[in-house]
Amino acid sequence: MGIAESILLTIATAATPLLIAAMGELVVERSGVLNLGVEGMMVMGAATGFMAAAVTGSAWIGLLAAIVMGAAFSLLFAVLTQSVATNQVATGLALTLLGLGLSGMIGEHYVGMAGQKLPSLDIPFLSDIPLIGAVLFGQDPLFYASIALTVGTMWFLFKTKTGLTLRAIGDNHGSAHALGVQVQRYRYLAILFGGACAGAAGAHLSLVYTPQWVENMTAGRGWIALALVVFASWRPWRIVAGAYLFGGVTIGQLHAQAIGVPIPSQLLTALPYIATIVVLVLISRNRRLTLLNTPASLGKPFVPDH
Amino acid sequence: MRQIQLTKRPQASKLFAALSPLLAFALTLIAGAIIFWLNDKPPAQAIYMYFIEPLIAEWSLHDLAIKAAPLIMIGVGLAVCYRANAWNIGAEGQFVVGAIVGSLVPIFWPDFQSPLTLPLMLLLGALGGALFAAIPAWLKVRMNTNEILTSLMLVYVAQLLLDWLARGPLRDPNGFNFPQSITFSDAATLPEILPSSGATHYGFLLAIIVAIVAWFVLEKTRAGFQVRVVGASPRAGKFGGFSGSKLFIVAFMISGALAGMAGISEVSGAIGHMQPIISPGYGFTAIIVAFLGRLNPLGVVASGLVLALTYIGGEGVQMMMGVSDKVVRVFQGLLLFFVLACDTLIHYKVTISKGRG
Repeated sequence: MGIAESILLTIATAATPLLIAAMGELVVERSGVLNLGVEGMMVMGAATGFMAAAVTGSAWIGLLAAIVMGAAFSLLFAVLTQSVATNQVATGLALTLLGLGLSGMIGEHYVGMAGQKLPSLDIPFLSDIPLIGAVLFGQDPLFYASIALTVGTMWFLFKTKTGLTLRAIGDNHGSAHALGVQVQRYRYLAILFGGACAGAAGAHLSLVYTPQWVENMTAGRGWIALALVVFASWRPWRIVAGAYLFGGVTIGQLHAQAIGVPIPSQLLTALPYIATIVVLVLISRNRRLTLLNTPASLGKPFVPDH
Repeated sequence: MRQIQLTKRPQASKLFAALSPLLAFALTLIAGAIIFWLNDKPPAQAIYMYFIEPLIAEWSLHDLAIKAAPLIMIGVGLAVCYRANAWNIGAEGQFVVGAIVGSLVPIFWPDFQSPLTLPLMLLLGALGGALFAAIPAWLKVRMNTNEILTSLMLVYVAQLLLDWLARGPLRDPNGFNFPQSITFSDAATLPEILPSSGATHYGFLLAIIVAIVAWFVLEKTRAGFQVRVVGASPRAGKFGGFSGSKLFIVAFMISGALAGMAGISEVSGAIGHMQPIISPGYGFTAIIVAFLGRLNPLGVVASGLVLALTYIGGEGVQMMMGVSDKVVRVFQGLLLFFVLACDTLIHYKVTISKGRG
């Protein structure tokens, strides 16, 4: 494998968890709910995924456990914000803080343990194509899942009636409710979907990217996923572009550190975070366009009058 | 299917406004007991050791005050900021930058030892924190950028900056390559309030004063009235002729200044030199402090002490019972969850009914 190939491969590996987590959050936000707990759900997914894989010896069971945990954890957020009408921003923060703490506690005895790795799925013949073969057809299973997730989300949001209803709720929950749509049921399901995606994204970190468990191993990726949704103006295909852009920045700075460029390593490590800010600024500058793209009910509480 | 049904109260319930933090704390204790029980520790004994024992020894009360000082100072700023509907979640970064800027004086001018040294350090710390907080605020107001995400991203930037500084420019040249600055001189160290009793330094007193002043400004002055009006309803604020953007930036800078001051107080009073990591997440825990204190500066004093207790108690059960200190952040997270849930009782009547599924 040439160097260009391996760089492309690692960019895809760095981009995949961002893509999956951001796609889940996109659906949540399209329903009008802002869940700032992505980081917490993701880190819980990473911890449970690693643990379940270590205990059972199967990375697949680890992945499944991470997805279930991500969804279960998001249920906490759903119950509080939907049924108990708490502030979404504060509750999302609570989910992140609790997730970081809880994952540290349950995963404590697994730190430093050798982990299981999800095997990559090589598609015969196609993966032998020079340069793009390994990148497109010799990847880990979650890479393919992330592509399917993107296509599936686009289809669901823009081609199905349920998707249309979900978007309508996100734009005006009052009208949707008046039309007899069960706003909270849709939102519950959207939140659970987002949680499952965040869990899977976490599992990618602890079962593919670096097969081990380290406390706080998400290192802000959940927050970057949230920023990606804004960057993408709530459009699925733009999430892909954004995730790969950030994958590129992350891998680029890692390579720069490896070859020892005369720049402090801390500055290089800070690059993805700085890039996030810059990109957010550029994309949000046009106030009118942003307002147009943002789901109008995003983050606003909704309590139906029965 | 059973359903939780909320009915809006005609008026916020005063009873539950007072009860909700207590209720949340009680629920956290119950959840804590369950966690200890799951870890095969005697729950009652562990809870006692966690939440009561630190309160009966003189030295641990001092420890409590030392930990509460930064939590209260940051929490007061966040309470003001959240009241104005400005979501600063980057206090941890502002804490770090304040500590860096404030510590430039004792590190680069160690011979400047006068009664003015400490005030200058505190002032610079506050200034550093305020300016660092101004970045996300300005980006929000001028560039329409989401302040939650930018303020959070800047935490990582600040931590990495400190890491670099502590291993590079700020390092003690005679320190055997340890990533540490020189030890601050006495003139640059916040003194202990009661040296004969314990190590509580003047940072704690400063935090209490800050809380009282903030309470007064918020509740009794026109400026505070503006914060409350604009925070509660930006439209009403506009009709009242208050500038939302100006207020937004000021709110952010106040909370940044207090976080920065907390940072330099911590380094000067509790640590005594600069090092790559100076905070066990005070800036994030202070978010919980602000909410548990019902976004009221005086409430924040009480909740700051409670959250400080979660740190101290965690150390206690780790030493005495071998419970992981990771339990601290779990308790803190649970506490925030419960307080948010209990706050619903203030505005809604909750009934569980057979709903329409």
